[in-house]
Amino acid sequence: MKVWISSKEKKPMGLDQSPNARHSLQSRIPKNCHHWTLTRSEFPAVASSSKTAVNRRPNPRRPPTAYCCREISRLAPPNSPPDPASLVVAIPDSQTRPGARTLEEIQKKVTMGLVDSSGDLSGEMEVDAFRRLFPLRYYERHLAESIRPDGRTLGMARDTTLALGAVSSADGSALTKIGSTTMLAAIKMEVMTPSAESPDEGCIAIEFHMPPICSPIVRPGRPAEAAVVESKRLSDTILRTIWLVFCSSGMINLKELALVSGKAAWMAYLDIYCLDADGALFDAALLSAVAAFSHLQIPVVSLNDKGKIVAFTEEGDTVGKLEKEAVNKEKRKLTLGNIPFSLTCALHKKHILADPSSEEESIMETLVTVVMDSSDRLVSFYKPGGALAYTSLVTDCVRLTRQRMKELEKILDEAFSGMEVD
Amino acid sequence: METDRKDGRTPNQLRPLKCSRNILHRAHGSASWSQGETKVLAAVYGPKAGTKKNEDPEKACIEVIWKPKTGQIGKAEKECEMIMKKTIQSICLLTINPNTTTSVIVQVVNDDGALLPCAINAACAALVDAGIPLKHLAVAICCCVAEEGSVVLDPTKLEEQQMRGFAYLVFPNSALSALPEGSYLVNGEPLEHGIITSVTHGVMSVDEYLKCVDRGRAACAKLSGFLRNSLQKSQFPSDTSSKAA
Repeated sequence: MKVWISSKEKKPMGLDQSPNARHSLQSRIPKNCHHWTLTRSEFPAVASSSKTAVNRRPNPRRPPTAYCCREISRLAPPNSPPDPASLVVAIPDSQTRPGARTLEEIQKKVTMGLVDSSGDLSGEMEVDAFRRLFPLRYYERHLAESIRPDGRTLGMARDTTLALGAVSSADGSALTKIGSTTMLAAIKMEVMTPSAESPDEGCIAIEFHMPPICSPIVRPGRPAEAAVVESKRLSDTILRTIWLVFCSSGMINLKELALVSGKAAWMAYLDIYCLDADGALFDAALLSAVAAFSHLQIPVVSLNDKGKIVAFTEEGDTVGKLEKEAVNKEKRKLTLGNIPFSLTCALHKKHILADPSSEEESIMETLVTVVMDSSDRLVSFYKPGGALAYTSLVTDCVRLTRQRMKELEKILDEAFSGMEVD
Repeated sequence: METDRKDGRTPNQLRPLKCSRNILHRAHGSASWSQGETKVLAAVYGPKAGTKKNEDPEKACIEVIWKPKTGQIGKAEKECEMIMKKTIQSICLLTINPNTTTSVIVQVVNDDGALLPCAINAACAALVDAGIPLKHLAVAICCCVAEEGSVVLDPTKLEEQQMRGFAYLVFPNSALSALPEGSYLVNGEPLEHGIITSVTHGVMSVDEYLKCVDRGRAACAKLSGFLRNSLQKSQFPSDTSSKAA
């Protein structure tokens, strides 16, 4: 469906109340800009002219929002930089929102802006509309001043908070928030028989879930649907990377999870739930997993007469013989080796943005995740495709990760000292 | 310093390379790439009309399907698919054919170490065979770090498991066969020095990683030469296989 905007058309673009139009553009354009809805009903002359082009129904599978906005954006020359003098876009510190304008004024400005296709569209728009329609240019305006729309500098990560013991029924749990991204990790311990190849080693099973609560692109249903495939792939990648990071960084010594050599060992089920997906999912997931393991208290067990491990009860249970190992005598914590910390960076031309939000991740195609551990070793440098990264960029990302590691170590220590006071 | 590997190669020596084009006649483009015992077959179908749901209709969409040699498709295969998709997206010119889907199907014939780099090389050759417009070619290599800190190229599966850590690196192929002095420099480094994709496993220090990147670049220059030679050979199916030691 082509929507031609003809300068000969004198009919003003009024509020279009058709439910389709209202719904389709509602998510992209703020509510006080109803005049943006351009539908075929506004231009009856064009509708009858070329039957073949216009009679084709829009593809129902394609989201109409992207389509309509594409037509509008074609009017502005694609590569012209916005004129700095007339630009309405403001840097967030001086939030000057043009709130007092009336609807007619805005309508007139936009109508003029749309019809005048040789001029730059960006000069006539409100900040929100510009942000939604030309996200890359909006960001580039900010990056030129070395700042981001939410007020952070390029190397700054969002506020991180950590809450230990969020799930009281689990043996170890942690709730992490990095900005709006929220992850909940919980560990449950179970006794199992170790395998023959490693009779004195325990086991860790990690599951990463992205329930539909976390993001509008994730829907319940079979993972084969295209809508869920991307998030499923993301969760699979996060899962495998966390598993590899745990194995390779040597944070957890599986031998500590052993109980009776050859007969019983601990199996730790680690479940990580994403409650809110707002960029940098891997960082939050890794941090919550690490915090949950630090918070973990292994339950006390004893060996009963039949040789089975049972939970140790406090009421003077003298039925079972207690093992010589200390793990069954008192609740024990795992001693953690080198703890890994990670930082995701988005690369755009020469700028490196640390800890991108989901809006930034969707605009910038290149993401790099660097995982380092506390002994300054590189555990993982993950860069799947995107723009070319030169050596200077690699060293800059590593430097930012080292800075972030210090911050995260402090946050983790504070969370623990806060807990031990109780 | 370990100079003798099980198969007698030096640390900087690659395994024998073999590349064949146009082996599948129904596919729009196909190629097989083998490095030593590792062999991967790639087929390209496209561009087909329409993009997948939730994909940007302004650009071409790339779909990668990874078929392992045995077993069902699991998480590891999905991760490889995602890495390959993002790598191919960064070398293709996506705005030339908007609202189309190009499918790249990768079939693992044999896995003996450095599987993902082999697959990326095969997919790149298959894309060229299909005539998909690309910015530049991509060449991939696997570098691993031994216990003492030395870098070893193109490991076999046994070596991969024994080494402390390894990195899969993908570099762009240069657009010209001979670079004139002082051209295409970005930040003082020529175009081929940029990393398209990097996936590491195991721990290594930052310096060791940078050493891997340097060695990988040098090896990829050789690989690009081989790729260019084999792609320039004639179109007839009987002549399309080429070998290099």
